[in-house]
Amino acid sequence: MTEDVQLEDVGLPVLGRKAPDFEALTTHGTLRLSDFEGAWLVLFSHPADFTPVCTTEFIAFSKIYDELKKRNTELLGLSVDSVSSHIAWMRNIEKKMRVKIPFPIIADLNKEVAKKYGMIHPEQSKTEAVRCVFVIDPEGKIRAMIYYPLTTGRNMNEILRLIDALQTTDKHKVATPANWKPGNPVVVPPPATAEQAEERLKEGYKCKDWYLCLKKL
Amino acid sequence: MIMPCLSPDGKPTSSGVAVLKALRDGALSPTDVSKVASQPLFQVRSGLRELRIAGLVEEVDGNYKLSEQGKRLITDAR
Repeated sequence: MTEDVQLEDVGLPVLGRKAPDFEALTTHGTLRLSDFEGAWLVLFSHPADFTPVCTTEFIAFSKIYDELKKRNTELLGLSVDSVSSHIAWMRNIEKKMRVKIPFPIIADLNKEVAKKYGMIHPEQSKTEAVRCVFVIDPEGKIRAMIYYPLTTGRNMNEILRLIDALQTTDKHKVATPANWKPGNPVVVPPPATAEQAEERLKEGYKCKDWYLCLKKL
Repeated sequence: MIMPCLSPDGKPTSSGVAVLKALRDGALSPTDVSKVASQPLFQVRSGLRELRIAGLVEEVDGNYKLSEQGKRLITDAR
């Protein structure tokens, strides 16, 4: 019973559904989720400005910014700190670590966006967001979600790999196997009928069995 | 409300001027403004919304053009 109440309180978004809409104050002015339509969006949260793990993550996100742009992907950060705090922190990172933060950061002081996206996990912190990543496609649907604890910085290579995998799936109508990287074979969609299963092994794919076949793109 | 395209005294910021100048030759869609002004589309959409509220641009069927006030501002901003 207690666990059910906690899950309802967190209010997690759902893969495949439209991402919860918002209009939020950011370091780039007031932005709406709909402003990002037509491009992929990586919306991510961090617990707090001027904290060590978050700072390493912001530097890392900045370093993959150009790679994301090549993939028609925008980056949008969020914490429950104010715009002034974000600006001060960005300027501190640029001055002390020589890294310019190029993407907007939501100042979610009233936790409106954080609550919509299930970013507040009371067992981690009652006031700060955990480390979430939402990959939102050009039509505004949530395609992937990552939730990391306050203690653990995220892996940028995985975020890039995730974007590549989802865009490959959309373009070629395939799935991607474990540890897939661009250039690796992809998974052929499994047969939907007994007849297709019978014919699958004759179609020239590299198959372990009728339901697990790979192909090169 | 924070308006990145306009400073508190009502003057356009450099990104605001870039958006207004992109409209100098006629109405454009946000996508075309993004290309001409070399700004990300999300930023252009947000900026045009604010410039419209400030009376500097007008929206017609999804495209944007300079208002008379916007034209005067561009001239003064040169």
